[in-house]
Amino acid sequence: MSKKQTLVVIGNGMVGQTFLSDLMASKIKDQYAVITFCEEPRVAYDRVRLTEYFSGKSAEDLSMVEEGFFETNNITLHLGDKAETIDLKEKTVLSKKGISISYDKLVLATGSFPFVPPIPGNDRENCMVYRTIEDLEAITSAAKTAKIGSVVGGGLLGLEAAKALQDLGLKTNVIQFSPRLMSAQLDDGGAKMLANKIEALGICVLPNKNTLEIIEGEKCKNKMIFADGEELETDLIVFSTGIRPRDEIARACGLKLGTRGGIAINNQCKTSDPDVYAIGECAVWNEQIFGLVAPGYAMGRTVISDLSGEVASFTGADMSTKLKLNGVDVASIGDAHATTKGALVYSYQNEVEGIYKRLVVSENGKKLLGAVLVGEASGYGTLLQYCLNEIDLPENPDALILPHRSDESVGLGSDALPATAQICSCFDVTKGQICSAIESGCMTIAALKSETKAATGCGGCLPLLKSVLDSELESAGIAVNTDLCEHFSHTRRDLYNIVMVEDIKTFDDLIEHHGSGRGCEICRQAVGSILASYWNEYVLEKNHISLQDTNDTFLANMQKDGTYSVVPRMTGGEVSPDMLIALGQVAKKYKLYTKVTGGQRIDMFGARVDQLPLIWKELIDAGFESGHAYGKSLRTVKSCVGSTWCRYGADDSISLAVALENRYKGLRAPHKIKFAVSGCTRECAEAQSKDIGVIATESGWNLYVCGNGGMKPRHGDLFATNLDKETLIKYIDRILVFYVRSADRMQRTSIWMENMEGGLDYLKSIVIEDKLNICDKLEAQMQHVIDTYQCEWKTTIEDESNLKRFRHFVNSDKHDQNVVFVEERGQIRPANSEEQKHLKIAEEV
Amino acid sequence: MSAKQWIDVCSQSDLQPDSGVCALVEDKQIAIFQMNLENKVYAINNFDPFGKANVLSRGLIGDIKGEPMVASPLYKQHFSLKTGQCFEDENVSIETYSIRIKNGRVEVSL
Repeated sequence: MSKKQTLVVIGNGMVGQTFLSDLMASKIKDQYAVITFCEEPRVAYDRVRLTEYFSGKSAEDLSMVEEGFFETNNITLHLGDKAETIDLKEKTVLSKKGISISYDKLVLATGSFPFVPPIPGNDRENCMVYRTIEDLEAITSAAKTAKIGSVVGGGLLGLEAAKALQDLGLKTNVIQFSPRLMSAQLDDGGAKMLANKIEALGICVLPNKNTLEIIEGEKCKNKMIFADGEELETDLIVFSTGIRPRDEIARACGLKLGTRGGIAINNQCKTSDPDVYAIGECAVWNEQIFGLVAPGYAMGRTVISDLSGEVASFTGADMSTKLKLNGVDVASIGDAHATTKGALVYSYQNEVEGIYKRLVVSENGKKLLGAVLVGEASGYGTLLQYCLNEIDLPENPDALILPHRSDESVGLGSDALPATAQICSCFDVTKGQICSAIESGCMTIAALKSETKAATGCGGCLPLLKSVLDSELESAGIAVNTDLCEHFSHTRRDLYNIVMVEDIKTFDDLIEHHGSGRGCEICRQAVGSILASYWNEYVLEKNHISLQDTNDTFLANMQKDGTYSVVPRMTGGEVSPDMLIALGQVAKKYKLYTKVTGGQRIDMFGARVDQLPLIWKELIDAGFESGHAYGKSLRTVKSCVGSTWCRYGADDSISLAVALENRYKGLRAPHKIKFAVSGCTRECAEAQSKDIGVIATESGWNLYVCGNGGMKPRHGDLFATNLDKETLIKYIDRILVFYVRSADRMQRTSIWMENMEGGLDYLKSIVIEDKLNICDKLEAQMQHVIDTYQCEWKTTIEDESNLKRFRHFVNSDKHDQNVVFVEERGQIRPANSEEQKHLKIAEEV
Repeated sequence: MSAKQWIDVCSQSDLQPDSGVCALVEDKQIAIFQMNLENKVYAINNFDPFGKANVLSRGLIGDIKGEPMVASPLYKQHFSLKTGQCFEDENVSIETYSIRIKNGRVEVSL
């Protein structure tokens, strides 16, 4: 076996890291010993999603490196060490810390740095840039003592920075040299519409401003002086005026550069030295720099092909882009400025709804050359496909941008796309690759995502991916069976709607008219839950009793030996000493094992079915009520002590937790629901891992949704910020009822969200914007549940006839002899089978 | 051949509609289910051979392709109410018993 060659990669940013992970997935991975230098103190993270760092994502959340990646793949990582010089003759790299490495092949992925215009005073205090997590940390800390912040540069990144400043509570300005925002991507009309929208969000846009000087301010830290004589007082200044390639290491060792800087590369991404490649924003190809990640990834793949001895070329990249800026959809495709000779333009402008769309078509009107979409960009995927694949436009191309108010779809069916059509531009996944993944058994979006990586970058291609999947499955004759079970050929959601529309109140009625057979544990439980959510009748009523799953039947949680555990409600985890004593007395009297749960309450184990009503009678007399631990329903609202006791509390989290738990207790749902309320961003209540999480800030409540701990942890999505209590409750009402209506059986909110087409934005559009015009109904439904709340245990023990079931034998007062306890650490536990044998023998002796 | 010996268990009104109860018959725990649709009753052993606990009477009932069944409340295996055969494991079946309603009384033969 030949000795491995040494491959050195300088730079561990998004492009450097993606190159490494692509290399490790390639067939040449064993041919190289790989060494990489990372100047930053942390390995590659997703800079595209950098703003999410402000909305609570941690550096770990943004990381692009899977845990153990370097170790598993035997890659030597020099973290926090900068490669400083290259000796092309000796083929060595020397680092700042003095490490010298001989390479066989070298890949430069040094990225770029933010360009700060040479304005006098640009080095004053609080003049910053926006590029790394360290930059964000510096901005956050400076913002604490600032009131006004200004971003210089109205490009894509500048607008994101502006949003970040605004979120930090600053009055924010965007100052730009050119007359329009995002001048590279948008035309005048689109930029004007975008400026209107940005201003409506409270950010002030100042166009045509040439900053001459930054001096000491009178009211603020700094003052900007403009060429038109105007001045602006501002505490904080963030420069976002473009990027410059980091080519100093290449410059120093004599590699050829572009005329305006950047490391010059050919079609194989080779520099002027045949053993040195450059990829990403540090590279310049054909005098062009590519400031997006996708072309950088493509360059990396070209290098891998070249190293493998395959013929591959990088020949430029599509710079089309779609993003959401401060809640506004913006997209730009191809030749947005109509610079192609003879290009013709269609445009649509709707100032009422804030929508601007522009199509640039070829002289003969047959091909799409470019497009601009502001305010509404759902057509992006379709238009991009027309443009990239040079598909003939329909007879009236303007139909593609005019609002279609009927159900008629003007989208390009995925059938029309060739196999070479790129579906996911982030990871360069073609329709052909997706189709073969489907053929090899990937039948769900989740499976396709993990197999092909499609839609795992920006996610913009998700709707298109879904349409490819649906259409392939359909043409393969595979009907996706979404039937609840063999007795109902409906989904849970369908059944919920049937119950609503036809006012159905019993399982028998539903199965008679819409199902077949006698039912089973799946449909009975699901229908039981639907009826309970919608009508909220007593679950042990004669008509409903046969629908209740194990735990609901006896309003307690069955344990492995057939005994039950009992959990009374302790709203918000709050309990008085007297109540605690009463609970202890009950547990002691009935010899129950007690344990504190994760939901901040107390669980008592080992109750026999005949003991349950006796235990509950005493608990109710002591002031407790059912905790619904047995139900697929609201469990607990966990809380920290908040501003009542805590030195750091921003608001009263306990009172809110108690109010929320009392409001939603008893709500039956497709699965259990957990809440938490934290009194400040230290997040002691762990609200971001709950179905509904609320965190207090100085200016109101932040609402997180669809988080989960458990088997597949999911970080909650930030749904809305700085809410007053009334709005917060309104949103939670709507979200919960919408979940109850639309989720699948036994689907937690986290999976519900993962499977929701349109995801978080769609949920927001329904709950905040009331897009489906159902919010009144959702709220009314919740009000009905609240108005009809009952403590199920109170109802149960009040009526003798309900108690008939609470005995082990219908014809005897004896107990189940199979239930045997032994003692451990001073409490009972079920005997294991060995112990049971011994105990029985002892009894017989 | 001796005639079946029927043992009186309880009143029919002690049974639960489309659901189960457990009876103690000569030291045996017997799960008794009443299926409303065809107005039938079934009797099987109450012991769940997978969960190793006396709980089958507390399972949800219904049918699988027409065969009446109970689902274990512990781990959800299904057992035929007619034959006691487990649907998931052909090597497992549980005892079944003859049962009848006579003059409003439930009677079982072991």
